[in-house]
Amino acid sequence: MSEPFLPPQHKEPHEDYLNATYGIRSWLLTTDHKRIALLYLVSVTFFFFVGGIFATMIRIHLLTPSGALVTPETYNKLFTMHGVAMIFFFLIPSIPAVLGNFLIPLMIGAKDLAFPKINLLSWYIYIIGGCFVLYSFGTGGLDTGWTFYTPLSSIYSNSAVTPAVIGIFINGFSSILTGLNFIVTIHTMRAPGMTWFRLPLFVWAHYATSLVMILGTPVVAITLLLAGLERMFHLGFFNPALGGDPILFQHLFWFYSHPAVYIMILPSMGVVSEIIPTLARKPIFGYSFIAGSSIAIAVVGFLVWAHHMFVTGESTYAALTFSFLSYLVAIPSAVKVFNWTATLYKGSISWDTPMLYALGFIGLFLIGGLTGLFLACLGLDIHIHDTYFVIAHFHYIMVGGAVMGYLGGLHFWWPKITNKLYPESLSRLAAVILFIGFNLTFFPQFILGYLGMPRRYHTYPPEFQVLNVLSTAGASILALGYLLPMAYFAWCMRYGKTAGMNPWPATGLEWKAPSPPPTENFLVTPEVNWEPYDFHSRPDLGLAAGAPLAPAHGDD
Amino acid sequence: MHRTGELYGQFETLEQQKESAALGMWVFLVTEVLFFGGLFLAYAINRHAYFEAFGIGSNTLDIKLGGFNTVVLIMSSLTMAMAVWSAQVGKKRLVSIFLIATLSLGTVFLGVKVIEYKQKFDHHLIPGHGFDMRYRTENPSQTDDPKEIALEKEELGKAFTQDPDINAHGQLYFSLYFAMTGLHALHMIVGAGLLVWLIKVSFRGRFTPQYNTPVEIVGLYWHFVDIVWIYLFPLLYLIDRHR
Repeated sequence: MSEPFLPPQHKEPHEDYLNATYGIRSWLLTTDHKRIALLYLVSVTFFFFVGGIFATMIRIHLLTPSGALVTPETYNKLFTMHGVAMIFFFLIPSIPAVLGNFLIPLMIGAKDLAFPKINLLSWYIYIIGGCFVLYSFGTGGLDTGWTFYTPLSSIYSNSAVTPAVIGIFINGFSSILTGLNFIVTIHTMRAPGMTWFRLPLFVWAHYATSLVMILGTPVVAITLLLAGLERMFHLGFFNPALGGDPILFQHLFWFYSHPAVYIMILPSMGVVSEIIPTLARKPIFGYSFIAGSSIAIAVVGFLVWAHHMFVTGESTYAALTFSFLSYLVAIPSAVKVFNWTATLYKGSISWDTPMLYALGFIGLFLIGGLTGLFLACLGLDIHIHDTYFVIAHFHYIMVGGAVMGYLGGLHFWWPKITNKLYPESLSRLAAVILFIGFNLTFFPQFILGYLGMPRRYHTYPPEFQVLNVLSTAGASILALGYLLPMAYFAWCMRYGKTAGMNPWPATGLEWKAPSPPPTENFLVTPEVNWEPYDFHSRPDLGLAAGAPLAPAHGDD
Repeated sequence: MHRTGELYGQFETLEQQKESAALGMWVFLVTEVLFFGGLFLAYAINRHAYFEAFGIGSNTLDIKLGGFNTVVLIMSSLTMAMAVWSAQVGKKRLVSIFLIATLSLGTVFLGVKVIEYKQKFDHHLIPGHGFDMRYRTENPSQTDDPKEIALEKEELGKAFTQDPDINAHGQLYFSLYFAMTGLHALHMIVGAGLLVWLIKVSFRGRFTPQYNTPVEIVGLYWHFVDIVWIYLFPLLYLIDRHR
């Protein structure tokens, strides 16, 4: 393989996307996907902390059976604002808008996304939506639950629902435009030789995610718009007193908000699919099945929404169908888990920090996914519906899955983003702290839910206290686990060792661009003539003869 | 990213740029289908539930104005298509002429919509406290045909016995009417803004057989907005018409 790019020993300081231009204007008016990714990184981190503060207050409040911290009304607002900030303003944009934005053009060998200005526009839309929501939080908060069920949200709630609904409506367009940009980019901007089945699995996962974004988000946008109009002008779309149908709201809401879970988890799966072959030095097992299962999850994910409504009223046959379809999602999810495991089998596994996150992801996602099957079961769901079992289940998916993947991805690509290495043992320690803290926080909630503690209540019977205290203790460990990466990522930007072009080394095209990449990503348009994750025929990776390199297919 | 002539820096060739723009617009239109889709679903379910109220509501719409507007909008789609064709074959003057024609027809449509909304306002058919389906038959204007009013009165009486809450359910019809046509009108206004921009650019003679992507993708958008109306018109005006 020839080396048309900058060789790794290239010493003179090159102009990269970080030092190409300076000044606040050059950031706020940038159309460079890498800079926009960093704008998103800062803003989603901000919302993560806003949501995190609410979570902390919830857990402190639940230390004692009668509630330790706030009034019942405030408690309702805390869990609502926690959900709104975390779901709409952190989890949904996190991996796609930060890592996806940064990496997709690099991974497919493009100079930028297809529509750089729209990319910047979507960040501004996100910020405007975020301001509306912060205004709602600041002027009394809202207490409807993140689900905005009508007629509570449209008629009865005495809190700042309208600005929050407007904010989430606006923010939806940010998500739609990001998805649109990714789909078009993946279709039309691939470098010569970068065929569909040479795309990194991260890109496949984002393609599937983008499908969900463009098909689901408009539906929740119109639904929230109608609910907002209903509240502002006393219309009756979803108000039974005026002949409207509140169940219709729930159907429309979950038509987006269930697939939204896949917006959160699919990109995370994409990250794990990159980390595992790289740090096990082995081609991924079943490439096309992992790629296809991403699409399958996106498609089947659209057909399961009414499993949120088993007890709110739907026909038995509808419930049976939705229960069955919900079980189906387990198949493509299991395909991924088995393929990752098979990739690890006889791999040359290194315990670098991203790998710890990837392994943590597999375990936690497994628990989250399997408990999802409990909830898809019609009979069992009557018992555990609206209990802490549900809370624990979706936190295993969203925090154990999506956030673990996000952090794993940040650790994996931080050397590319900043050209700096973070402290190795400290970052491993942080990953372990996170894993322990997470399980201590949420595993007791499975038991609490199974014993019957309902969600969204500000008090609980005294016999549940031990488990609640365990959960709160876990949350404080978890918080430490989040603060540590924040600290050392910031620290290593200045004091970290230089990473170089391809520190792992990994096979993707993004690692053939200089670190940090120049504004136009590649000095020469790359040409791809290798298969993905193929460590064997890549002498350019600099894996010395005798270096730990796993046999391509185990020992078969 | 720098721009060389008509080619933006992130693209390699004009074909790639054109392909991306067209695909982007198609994907956007898919999201628009789902955006309107929520409203159509709400309409279908409520029409099924409150058949009488929706029938009466539909009958109060002015079919002449609605029909006129439908013709106007289809005409504007024709002129838009002609503008795209003119750009493709390089007739620069025709591009501007057809774009101006499209904009004018679009403005006519919006003007007629204003007249229709005003009518609903006069007839107390705006959802809210003043809403009353009987208002028009009880306070007919001089231009109304007395025979027609008598027929309508009789029909309303019957409907009120069948559905005593018909005023509430009628409000649902009109909430949906205003939401659907209002959202459609908003899309027309956005389209008109895009047309103004295209007309400005076309005056400078920028659209050539090699570079006409903006005309083409705004055309796609305009046709989509037209198609939404093609569905709205029968669902709101025609489906329950019985006189």
